[in-house]
This record gives sequence, structure tokens and C-alpha cells, in this order.
Amino acid sequence: MADSDTKDAVWIIGAAMTRFGRYPDQDSIDLASTAALDALRDADTTIFDVDVLAAGSLMEASNMLGQRLQKQIGQTGIPVYNVANACATGATAVRAGILAIKAGEADVALAVGVEQMGKMGLLGPAGQARSAPSGFTPSGRYGSVMPVEGILGTQLMPGVFAQAGMEYASRHDGVGFEQFAKVAEKNHAHSALNPLAQYRKAFSLEEVMGADMVAYPNTLLMCCPTGDGSAAVVLCSGAKLKTLDPDVRRRAVKISASVLTSDPFVESDTAQPDVSTLTKRAAAAAYEQAGVAPQDLDLVELHDCFATAELIHYENLQLCEPGGAGDFIDRRAPWRDGDTPVNVSGGLISKGHPIGATGVANLYEVATHLRGEAGDRQIEGAKVGLTHVIGLGSACAVHVLERAAA
Amino acid sequence: MNDTDTQSGGAKQIPVVDYLVLGDQPHLVAQACTKCGALYFDRRNACARCGALEFERKPLSPSGVVRSFSIVHRAAPNVAVPYVSSVVELDGGGFVKANIVDAGADPEKIELGMPVRLVTFACGTDAEGTEAVAFGFTPA
Repeated sequence: MADSDTKDAVWIIGAAMTRFGRYPDQDSIDLASTAALDALRDADTTIFDVDVLAAGSLMEASNMLGQRLQKQIGQTGIPVYNVANACATGATAVRAGILAIKAGEADVALAVGVEQMGKMGLLGPAGQARSAPSGFTPSGRYGSVMPVEGILGTQLMPGVFAQAGMEYASRHDGVGFEQFAKVAEKNHAHSALNPLAQYRKAFSLEEVMGADMVAYPNTLLMCCPTGDGSAAVVLCSGAKLKTLDPDVRRRAVKISASVLTSDPFVESDTAQPDVSTLTKRAAAAAYEQAGVAPQDLDLVELHDCFATAELIHYENLQLCEPGGAGDFIDRRAPWRDGDTPVNVSGGLISKGHPIGATGVANLYEVATHLRGEAGDRQIEGAKVGLTHVIGLGSACAVHVLERAAA
Repeated sequence: MNDTDTQSGGAKQIPVVDYLVLGDQPHLVAQACTKCGALYFDRRNACARCGALEFERKPLSPSGVVRSFSIVHRAAPNVAVPYVSSVVELDGGGFVKANIVDAGADPEKIELGMPVRLVTFACGTDAEGTEAVAFGFTPA
């Protein structure tokens, strides 16, 4: 059911993000306040005209993040949804705002995603010593006598996403270390044009492949960094949009599709989470909802937490033919000057990935191109874009955005 | 029942997870949904595929093929690197995450799709001298 009737669509009327990076002197509320106030200003409105707030942060959602933000920027008593959904947190916060508007309970929503990651590494807490002070006692759902990370394979992100990529490689010719590395080469090169990216340095393919290996085939330059940042969007109903200033209406971006999925049962779940089935389903539903085909997309911001992840998502999002992801990157189709620009922002790999912020930052990026305001990295004439995030466990959100009709 | 008191070479042994069965022919055991056959390694509340509530123990084959692998170079301090993590599809059903052991850590030498068989190895000792035993796979 295409949501193409202006009356029923939800619109982005304001969007902003902080540059991603390390901000040890700013807490989550500092970062979220900056993004929220910038987005509200961009929408030519204030917190006092917002009807609902959705605030997403993996680490702060259970800590009244939204209410603490209100206490800094405007305690208006509106409903607050604090949202966590792993790396899909930000997009889930946006969905909470969309649903409130679609339910007729709000005309204007503010959705903010933020993360202050501190000194967290890729690995999480260190493992315990193998010798127990007293006797081994089976505990937990697997009756384990010690943490098994590293003993029974790895369930940490770099290795899990490496194994997801290698599983794709096992089924298709022409996919190997070099193809995965080319993804990172592209995203680092793209980031040089993005002033909001955490890192803005290009690397040669040799440098990418020769960097320290983290979990083969993902080298350090093929893994997203940890960092801090925030992004926010202001949403409104079509009916509300009609009442707003002509300049706001001109810059409004239509949300043509908004889909959230979780991972359906697959037999390989006993080994590790499957990140492909839920993505395929979300993308198919989004194309259907928007009445848009993959070939219509002018740009895509997808979830490249690791280079191996981006490559399999080319197929999951139908950007290439089944089995064609290796060929797709080999012929440079997802470069900014290719058929389907992917991650012209630099992606998570180079732009950064403050967890709660990413799902909103993707929307900021695509909306900015659709508004013709992306400066040096602008994809000329962009009319339709797609965003994708996926949080392990799992949650996947896909949005399709379209420029306002001329 | 798990062979939690299996003795081998004198030392008491305990499997590192309860879905590993020790003894003469170590193997994995799954909980199989009695309605749809879905396999699980964890304690269940219900079947995630069909919603049924009854399960039976199903021993799995100790042989399988490598469906995926990664060579991990960065890990917590108590884990020796590099090691090879793998998803193995077991003959007759079941997918499991484990290390490939005794095959080195050279990606050129580890073949996607290669047949492997389950082996066990000691992974720690407690204060009472009980040895924890883990499983991995080695090229068959």
C-alpha cells in the first residue's frame, strides 16, 4: 500500500547532526541538545511546538535520556519514548515519531539519536580467568562453566560480520578479501568530501588490505570506529506541512517508506545471528510501500559496520543481482560516480558510528542530498534515497525518502 | 544426562557447555522441537519457529562442513590469538559456532566447504582439579 498521498505521508522538515568524533568533555545530553536544537532551528520551529519526543541511545535509553534532554532544552510535558534497539536505535526512535503522527496523536515529532561511547572498544568486557576459584558449576541457558567467547568461536561483532561475509563468499564466485577491501577503499575516499565525518582520509586498496587484521577478512580500516555524536530530525504530518512557511515546505522531504523488522527463525541461528533475511524483508516491504524500485534510487546510506557487511547488503537491498555483489563493487557501481552511490557520507566505516545516532544520521544524509544541500559531496539531482540500519540481535530499519514535488 | 563425572586419564572432566557430550565418542546434542524439528542448543521456553512446548534430545553428527570462517586477531586477554572461528553445518542437521583447530591461521589454507570432524580439548582446570573440556573441528 503506497503511502504516496500527501495527506497521509510523514515529512522531515528539519534535520541536523553533530560531526561524529571523540568529545570527552560532552555527555550524551550535550550532544543530543546540539543536534536537537539545530534540527528544530532547521525546521523553523522550537521545542514548544513539538508534540512528542523519541530519544534513542543504546547506553542511555534506560536512564530517562529523553526527559534529561527536555530538562536542558524544554520541559514541556509532552510524551517521551526512550528507545533502544542496538544499532537500529536511531531509526527506531524515528519510527516512534512516525507512528505517533500516523496515529493522529501528534502533528510534530522530534526524534534524536545519540551515543557517548567513552572508552568502549570492539570487544566489550574482558573475559574471566579460565581457572575458577572454586569448582566449575554449569550455569545459564547453555550450562556453561566459563565464558566461551574465543573458545567456541567468536560472537563479537568483527568476527560475526566477517563470518557473514565469508558465508556469502562460500556461495558465490568472485567474492573474496579484495572485494571486501574495495568497499572500505570506497567509503574512506567518500569521507574526504564530508565535513561531518569522524575520519576524512582516503586509503589505497593496498593500505586497506595491509592494515592490522582484526578478524579476517576485516582489517582495522574495514571496521567502523567507536565515537560520539548525535543526529536529530523533526517530523510533521502532511496536514501540518500545508500550514507551514513556503520555505519549510520547499525543503520538506517525504518519508515514502518506513519499515522495521526483526530476525525470523532460521536454522543457522544456533551458530550466529542471520543479518540477511531480515534486511531482505525490510527492503522488499519498503520498496513496495514507497512504490519505488531499487534502480530508482539515487543514493543509499546502508549499515557498513564492517566492510563485509556492506557487500552482502548490496544483494540484501536488491542493489545488485543475486550473487552479483562481487561484480558490483569490482565495476565501481556503488562509488559516488557509479550507478548507485552507496555511503557517499563515508559510511559507518569512515563517518563513524555512535550507536544511537547512526539511524538518524543516515536520514540526515539522504535528506540533505534530496534538498540539494550536500555541498562538495552532493549527488546531483538526487530525488530518491534509501537508508538502512541493522542492530545485531536483531533489528533492521529501512526508510525511503523522496524530495518534495517541485 | 551429561557425563559430568567422566574420567579420562585420571582427571575428572566437565563439558564447557551442556550441549557437548563427552565420553568415547564426543558429540553435540540439541533440543529438537517435537512438532517441527527445529534444533536448539539452549534451555528452551518454547519453539521459536512454531511455538510448540515439547522438546526431545537429539544427538547430532560429529561430522560437518565449514560454511564460514574468520581468523580472529584481537580478543580478550585470556584468549590466544590468532584463532579460527567457524560456522559448521553438521551432517544431518544443525549449525554450530566453534573454532577450527589444528589447521593453522592462514586464510589461504582454510577452505570454505571443507569437511571437518568434532574434536575436544581441555580449556581450563578448577581448584578441585576438574578439567573443563571444549569442542572444535579439525579437517577431516
